[in-house]
Amino acid sequence: MYNPESLIRKGLPKGHIKDRLVRFSLGLVTYLIVIIAALLFFKIIKDGAPVLLTTKAPYVDLGFLLDKNETLHVFHDARGQRHQLAASKYSAYVKDHAGEPIYNERTFSYSGGGIIGPIVGTVLLTVGSMVLALFFGVSAAIYLSEYAKQSPFIHAVRLAILNLAGIPSIVFGLFGFSVFVLAVPVITSTPSERTLLTVPLFIGKAVLSFQGWNSSLLAGCATLACMILPVIITASEESLRAVPQGFRDAALAMGATRWQTIRTCVLPFSIPGILTSSLLAITRVAGETAPIMFTAAVAAKDDLPWQSLANPFDLLSSQVQALPYHIYTLAARIPASEFTQRAQYGSVFVFLMIVASLSFGSMLLRAKLRSKLKW
Amino acid sequence: MSPVLSDRIEVHDLHFYYGHTCALKAVSLNVPERQVTAFIGPSGCGKSTLLRCFNRMNDEIPGARVSSGSIHIGGVNIQQPSVDVAKLRREVGMVFQKSNPFPRSIFDNVAFGLQLHRISNRSMLNQAVEEALISAALWDEVKDRLHESALALSGGQQQRLCIARSLAVKPSIILMDEPCSALDPIAAAKVEDLIRTLRQQITFIIVTHNMQQAARVSDLTAFFHLGELIEFSPTLKLFSNPAHKLTEAYLRGTFG
Ligand SMILES: Nc1ncnc2c1ncn2[C@@H]1O[C@H](COP(=O)(O)OP(=O)(O)O)[C@@H](O)[C@H]1O
Ligand SMILES: [Mg+2]
Repeated sequence: MYNPESLIRKGLPKGHIKDRLVRFSLGLVTYLIVIIAALLFFKIIKDGAPVLLTTKAPYVDLGFLLDKNETLHVFHDARGQRHQLAASKYSAYVKDHAGEPIYNERTFSYSGGGIIGPIVGTVLLTVGSMVLALFFGVSAAIYLSEYAKQSPFIHAVRLAILNLAGIPSIVFGLFGFSVFVLAVPVITSTPSERTLLTVPLFIGKAVLSFQGWNSSLLAGCATLACMILPVIITASEESLRAVPQGFRDAALAMGATRWQTIRTCVLPFSIPGILTSSLLAITRVAGETAPIMFTAAVAAKDDLPWQSLANPFDLLSSQVQALPYHIYTLAARIPASEFTQRAQYGSVFVFLMIVASLSFGSMLLRAKLRSKLKW
Repeated sequence: MSPVLSDRIEVHDLHFYYGHTCALKAVSLNVPERQVTAFIGPSGCGKSTLLRCFNRMNDEIPGARVSSGSIHIGGVNIQQPSVDVAKLRREVGMVFQKSNPFPRSIFDNVAFGLQLHRISNRSMLNQAVEEALISAALWDEVKDRLHESALALSGGQQQRLCIARSLAVKPSIILMDEPCSALDPIAAAKVEDLIRTLRQQITFIIVTHNMQQAARVSDLTAFFHLGELIEFSPTLKLFSNPAHKLTEAYLRGTFG
């Protein structure tokens, strides 16, 4: 018999305490993670911000951003005053104060001057690898989602691509070294001694020489692109699939070819999604050290990448500095001291700012595109 | 430019398969020009499949194929490989059950087909878009906001926009697959009105689950069951005096 009284509970219901407990522990874990992340950011900002920010206008130490990286000289002059000078300023000082004695001189590699070289190198590597990865990744995604028949073979291909995403970046670094640095073909009239194979082209003295691109911007970009290709392909394919089938049907039924359909009615509407996924990839590309260690990066370089080039294309074959590699060098290759901290914390802080602004920029772009293209 | 194809559709002994499942069995019928033909029948009986044969949209479905029989439109066998599918689809337009305007402006939607066929002259585009919207009885409602998003339109307006988009390339046949099933009765009535207005110029084939609609708009009605054409006759005759027991049962709603 129906008994309305039974709806009124007496005391706490059984499930209630357990439910609260679960809720509390899950919340605890979540906020613990947030606290750890917040501490990390706090530490970086606390140590790094003073290096970069100043109290006087323009409130930013432009020298740190725009000067070349140099060795730091620390010494005392005759009056016992301590000087910290980057190498170029140090030689100027020595010239001005010729004959004066210098005491307790110590030098710290990479710790003086600014970090324009690493910043520029990271920007070049990031832009280059994104261009490559987007071109190849989106092409592959279009093939997989729009053209390929959904056969077991294609599923296997897709699975293989997905698995590539889990390979550690150092493996990509070694792969890039053995393939892009040492083995890919170039057209040249003077093949290097370590070439693996030369194929005559019968055009003048030119031969196709499998000698690699050496350690260079191009090799680094190619390696980084390989590393993020799986992410780009998978995410692009998802965004392509998210475009309603009705758009394709409508275009095809109007007499559009497959490619016209994709170009006018599928790709434009999947770009926000592709960009969102690329945002993750950009921050990863900008931050990786392992893939560029053997393929593109140098610790020290006097010129900016485009300076003293015979022709603009040599940019691609020049080595570059890079922020993550610079941070790694400062942390692991030189003994830490109070005089290296400026460079270390400053570089980390700048890097964080760059990544944060990249993320923020892509988010804005995406929001803007998304509001225009909604269905 | 005169149409390459005229628009009489002749289907002869058509068998159609999705993989190993047969969707159409020995279908033969002649759809006359400049009339409205309705396809009726229970779900899954192959109405959409046959409709998609007429503009070769089945080409896009992997494993779908005509196993035997022929379809001639204006005397041309459209199954043969040498048929220019893009041109065929320009002659034979299609309107889908779920309205599918692109998330672009109203103008861009209607101009889509023209731009696809490389017409970019601005005044020509403007004129064609206006004509198409007038034919689709949508012009008065949207003429002041041609450059606003098509997605801001109501469901019924969106469907008429899709019709306008098909009309813009001046097809001689329009295939409609349950065009009103997602619309309220008033919006559906507007679509029916425009079919009635355009029937002098265009051959319509309309799939519908709404018997009253079939009776109201069509000249001829074909009744399908399990992939077979059961009965094909003038609508008046089919509805008042069906020749086949199955048709009668379906019309009375006492099916199965
Ligand atoms: N893309 C497809 N793949 C496999 N079978 C399909 C496909 N489309 C339709 N069919 C099958 O073909 C038969 C006819 O479908 P359809 O032409 O859509 O029927 P209707 O439009 O009359 O409801 C159904 O049994 C359906 O399951
Ligand atoms: Mg159907």
